[in-house]
Amino acid sequence: MYKHKDLLGIREMSAEEIGFLLDTAGPMKEIIKRQIKKVPTLRGKTVVTLFYENSTRTRGSFELAAKYLSADSINMSGSSSSVAKGESLYDTGRTLQSLGADVIVLRHPMPGAPRLLARSVKAAVINAGDGAHEHPSQALLDMFTVREKKGGLAGLRVVIVGDIMHSRVARSNIWGFTKMGAEVRVCGPSTMIPVGLEETGVQVFHQMDQALDGADVIIMLRIQKERQQQGLFPGLREYSRLYGLNRRRLELAAGDALVLHPGPMNRGVEIAADIADGSQAVIEEQVTNGVAVRMALLYLLTGGGAQ
Amino acid sequence: MAEWKQKARIMDSDGIRRVITRIAHEIIERNKGTGDLVLIGIRRRGVPLARRLADRIKEIEGSLVPVGVLDITLYRDDLTTMGHQPIVRQTEVTFSINGKRVVLVDDVLFTGRTIRAALDAIIDLGRPRYIQLAALVDRGHRELPIRADYVGKNVPTSRREEVAVRLTETDEIDEVVIMEKT
Repeated sequence: MYKHKDLLGIREMSAEEIGFLLDTAGPMKEIIKRQIKKVPTLRGKTVVTLFYENSTRTRGSFELAAKYLSADSINMSGSSSSVAKGESLYDTGRTLQSLGADVIVLRHPMPGAPRLLARSVKAAVINAGDGAHEHPSQALLDMFTVREKKGGLAGLRVVIVGDIMHSRVARSNIWGFTKMGAEVRVCGPSTMIPVGLEETGVQVFHQMDQALDGADVIIMLRIQKERQQQGLFPGLREYSRLYGLNRRRLELAAGDALVLHPGPMNRGVEIAADIADGSQAVIEEQVTNGVAVRMALLYLLTGGGAQ
Repeated sequence: MAEWKQKARIMDSDGIRRVITRIAHEIIERNKGTGDLVLIGIRRRGVPLARRLADRIKEIEGSLVPVGVLDITLYRDDLTTMGHQPIVRQTEVTFSINGKRVVLVDDVLFTGRTIRAALDAIIDLGRPRYIQLAALVDRGHRELPIRADYVGKNVPTSRREEVAVRLTETDEIDEVVIMEKT
């Protein structure tokens, strides 16, 4: 059962709740594979995607999820709405509520913004990424993808490589995979690993070859090129040489290891093109699964009991 | 709290077996064989019933009839009035139903709302030539203009009663009982 009004982060979820959500996403995926990709479940419900940061896939994924379930969806972005005229998040939220929003999907550069919004509105709030804090729906789709391929999550060795410090995907995945009983390793230059991360139960590596040893799942994070200006790494070439996933490194992992990437990819930087297109990559399936997981979220969060 | 008490046992395992045999014959007769025939069981107990019908049809006619599984949760008309969202389970119809003779199978036919939802669900999967309905028990009290083509047993009930179909696949015993609220 999932009995909360909102989805703000994986940190607040129990293993049972995560498992239940993934269970619900399974039947949703069957709908996406049909010729007629539509069920009448959320007729008359309104989903608003409120994005203060750019995004194509997360936003498109939520909008498709809403449409496949027959909800009406509208989108608002920070640059083209009253937000640009200086309206506060609180007032925007109240306005959306007055417009009849049942679910508000929020992406915001400030960590904790979804919690603030959730307190101010009766509508269900889904965190679609808040700063470097959490991106729960991405972690859920990653876990769904891995569980579908591997049959389970407990006992798997999961390695997350890249800029852990600035990555909300990494943070949500660390919470999620550890709760589900996987062994989580993170790997990156020390400038990109937060101090004290070991306390969350992960193992920290700076040498990629060591981190990949026996890995069942490899999650490659996008290197944000603007971080180079901040001096966190000397150059893309060097980053790629030390932390890029290539054929030789992939062979250090388990023979049936899965390669995930939340997208968008920098081919030739954090991931070699032949790996991104290779048989172990499940990057395109992650995108499909993202819609299924978000359908499950919308379905569970629009339950009558939450009102 | 209301307690449920068993009022009567209206079918045992032999009774269920005979009904399945009769309905299997009726399906074959009505459809003049098994050409283009598919069975779709409605979760949960329609599924083992559909499998049993398919097994009987195979014994009688020697031909395999595909069996699909339908979950109607996402098509319910009472989702917004319920306390929480019911659990969604997998729909597994791995074959095309276009142009097919679909026999929907459920355990109890009551208000007809489950069947209404199932009809919508099936039509989202394709365009069958016919849709027919088989139910192990018809207990009356219809709220929609829906009737079954094949009925195991007509059982007049009051609304205070509940018809419980138990099958070995899901409940470790084959029986149909009427429960009454005390």
